Parts: sequence; structure tokens; C-alpha cells
Amino acid sequence: MQIYLPVAEMSVNVFLILGLGGLVGFMSGLFGVGGGFLMTPLLMFLGVPPTVAVGTEANQIVASSVSGVLAHWRRGNVDLKMGLILTVGGFVGSGFGVWLFAYLRTLGQIDLVIKLSYVIFLGLVGGLMLIESIQALRRSKRASGGRGKLHKHTWMHGLPLKMRFRRSKLYISALLPGGVGFIVGILAAIMGVGGGFVMVPAMIYLLGMPTSVVVGTSLFQIIFVTANTTFLQATMNQTVDVVLALLLLSGGVIGAQIGARFGVRLKGEQLRGLLALIVLAVCGKLFFDLVVTPADLYALGGGGGH
Amino acid sequence: MRARLSALMVALAAVAAVLAGAGAPARAQQPLIADLSEHLVAITTGFAGTDLLLFGAVDGPGDVVVVVRGPGRDEVVRRKGRVVGVWANRGEAVIRNAPAYYAVAASRPLAEIAPERVLARHQLGVEHLALTVESDDGQASVLDYRQALLRLKRHQGLYGTDTGLVEFRGDRLFRTRIHFPANVPVGQYMVAVYLLRDGEVIGAQTTPLMVSKIGVGADVYDFAHRNSAMYGIIAIILAVTAGWLAAVAFRKG
Repeated sequence: MQIYLPVAEMSVNVFLILGLGGLVGFMSGLFGVGGGFLMTPLLMFLGVPPTVAVGTEANQIVASSVSGVLAHWRRGNVDLKMGLILTVGGFVGSGFGVWLFAYLRTLGQIDLVIKLSYVIFLGLVGGLMLIESIQALRRSKRASGGRGKLHKHTWMHGLPLKMRFRRSKLYISALLPGGVGFIVGILAAIMGVGGGFVMVPAMIYLLGMPTSVVVGTSLFQIIFVTANTTFLQATMNQTVDVVLALLLLSGGVIGAQIGARFGVRLKGEQLRGLLALIVLAVCGKLFFDLVVTPADLYALGGGGGH
Repeated sequence: MRARLSALMVALAAVAAVLAGAGAPARAQQPLIADLSEHLVAITTGFAGTDLLLFGAVDGPGDVVVVVRGPGRDEVVRRKGRVVGVWANRGEAVIRNAPAYYAVAASRPLAEIAPERVLARHQLGVEHLALTVESDDGQASVLDYRQALLRLKRHQGLYGTDTGLVEFRGDRLFRTRIHFPANVPVGQYMVAVYLLRDGEVIGAQTTPLMVSKIGVGADVYDFAHRNSAMYGIIAIILAVTAGWLAAVAFRKG
């Protein structure tokens, strides 16, 4: 069954889009990532113009994150204070990112920058997570020895504006989560993603948050950053297709619920290992596309000729 | 009653006169007439492409060529090159006023119908499209960019892959189907029908055709463009509501 997407100006198969939404929603619930890093390239692959894919995907992530965060909220796995500071950083970052996006577009190199940032960030994050989760799985097989120091003291702990985050059991400078939010906000705007795949590891390894609250808190922040992106894309570029977004989120919200239930049954290390593998697979595919000689050296520039 | 009858007589007489005229090409009559089954391609929510029927009649032997042109627009074509191992955009060209859609149908292969000179003058066939290519890329010729545009448009199904067939019914009546794919661009189209005899165009007729969005899809598009801030807010509210509904539904379920 075909349906015409009014803003993307093309028709697509309804069930294909519902299925895609469901699959990505499942991952969103399972890992606490928005799933945009998968969905945006998939939409482009279907022939949706990249600008529309980015704008619409932001809209869809709002829905899947709301649905996911409520499940985590009931279990008390959202650090509200931490989430709010991440959000403030995210707003500033996404505003800067949208400006950077426009600047790079005038240079005609936005496609390359998007793809390269995907490859670099996915490769970095995926690699680190995989190594870490393999080590963790090995450790858990042996008898758990002495715990060692809870955390090391570095320059980060000397920063001002210290705050107590009770849910995360942390006493750190507000500049740290603010900075993480800022960087993720830039990525969200440029790559058309929620940024969870960068934020989740950053919260675990950089901020030292307990894994249990990481997913819920990251989803909480993603809601606001993607809502901001949706609004900016809708007003500046008119690239949010509500029909496409509604189809994606119909599949997505259901998938997210199932994913969240599955996630409870899996161990943290297994979850991270699995996410790492998926992240690396997407990274590998994108890298391959960049290096391999394209079928056609020429491409029509999406001039947005409205 | 009598007045109505006489009106009918007048009308019949007029039709007879037209028919007589059509049979007498010596008087400066149109050598060809043609029309479309519809003058509007309506892109509705369920739109998945459509076919239109073009039919007409000619006043004598000859070949018929039908050209459908979409609205002109500037297209940007980018050329990729290798930079430190990865493929990046290295050059670009702007092609001015390229038709958004182009299809051609003919009663015989174009090369048999008319010489190159005539085909080029009337822009019959994709390879005879007059395109202005502006580029300052030193590493690819204007022709490379032109070929790239034709190839890419063909790939999108917007420039006809090959010449369609104009079928004759008897000596005078002809018909052909014009296909519009699901991704057909909106705007004002021109359907030109040419009658050629001995390699020269001896008659032509142009019919406008509108391709536009109709119904809910058109309303959504208009709203997104005219009232974009409101549209953005509604999109966010829809998403939040859908997410919340799903969470509630699953808790009870």
C-alpha cells in the first residue's frame, strides 16, 4: 500500500515505513539511544531527501523518547537534575550546530562532513564500548575481586559550580554534564540524530554515572534536544514531514515499549556489547561507502528547489 | 419547441461544416488535433503514479511525435573525486532551466522520422534537449555534466528511458500513453504534439497540463510552508502525545 508524503514529495510503502519505525523503536527502548543514527541513513537510502530525513527523524525521536522515558521514570531511573543540565547544554549546542550546518552547506561539503562525523563517532564509541564490555564480561566470569577506588581524581573534579546529583550518586561540576550536552547538541544538529549513542558512553565513562540511570536520563535529554531540532528544521527549512513522522512513530512507540521490556532482562555489559556491535556495523557500512568507488561519480544536488 | 429544433439544426450544420473542413486540407485547416484524457494530474494521498491517454487525429499521412515537458528549474550536479582515500565533492555545475520531467513518444524511431537538424531544432528526444550548463570545474567538461544530468534524471524515472510508442488506428487516429511516476514534480507541464512529413514539421499543437497536489497532502504542504512555526509546534505535540499514549497503553496491557 503506497502513501504520498506531502513534504518529502514522494510515495512510499506504508508497511515498510511502519516496520522500519518498529525496528528502530525497539533499539531505542533497549539501549536508550534515539535510533536516529540508524534511521536517518535508512530513510536516505529509501530516497527520502537528506534534509527531510534529518528533520523528520528528529520529530520521530521525540515520540519514541517520550514513550521510553516514561517506562524508565516509573522505575525511578531518571536523574531529573542531571537531565535538566544536560538539556541546557544541548539547547546551546544544537543552536550552534544548526548554524554550523548552514555554514558547511554553503561550502558544498555538508554530505562529507555528515558521513565523516558518523564514521569517526560511531567508530570511536563502538570500539570503546566493545572493548569495555568484553573486559567486563571476562571480569564477571571470574570471582569479583576487590573493588578498588570508586573513582579517580582528575582535573575534572577541580572545576567550579559543583553540584550534588543524588540519583546518580555524584558530586561533580555542572560544567561537565553541561559540556557533554553541548557537544551532543552539536552532533544532533549536524548528524540528524538524538545523540544517545555518544551521550550514553559519555555519561558512563566521563561523568561516571551508574548504568541504571544512564538510559532514562539520556532519553529525557533527547526529548528536549530533538524537539528543539524539530522546531528549528520546521521553521527554517520546512523539512519536517508529519505524515512520515506519524508512520515512523506509530511503529516506533510500540517497538520502544517492547525494547524497554527486553532491556530489563539483559545485563548491562551484554546490552553495551550488543549496542557496540550494531554501532560498529553502521560505521563500517558508512566507511565502506566513503572509500569504495561510487557507481556514479555525479549526483544531483538536493538544491531544495522550492 | 420550434426554436429548440432550429438550434439543433444549426449545431448539426456546424458539425458537418467542421467535418467537411477536416476532409479538405486545401483550406488552411489544422493538420492535426490532439487532446489528453485529463488535464490535471492530481497527487492525492494514495498517489503512486498515473498514466494519461493522449489521442488525436491527423489530416493525412505522416509521423506523430509527442513531447511532455515539466516546468523548468535550475539543477545542481556535483562531481565526486578522491581526496585522501575518501570520495568527496570536487566540482559542480548548475544546469539552467532543465525540465523537471521530460518524456517523448513517436510513431517510429526518431532517427527515421526526421534528420538530426530538425530533431535538434524542436528538441525532440532527450539527447536533443537544449540545456545551458554553467561550470568552472576544470576537470570535467560541460558535456560530462550534461550527460550526468540526463543519466541521473533517467535513473529517477523523470526523463523517459526510451521513446514511447504513438499507435495509429487506421490512417488518421492516433493515441499514446504518457506515464507519470510517483515522484513526478508539481507544476505546469506542456504537452506538444508534432506532425512530421518528409522529415519536416508541418503541424504542431501544444496543450497545457497541470500536475498538482490535491486534498489533505496539499493542505499539509501549504501549512508547513505558510505557517511553519505552528506546524513545528503541532509536530512536536503530536509526537509527545503519541509517545505518551503508547506508554500508557502498554502499562495497562
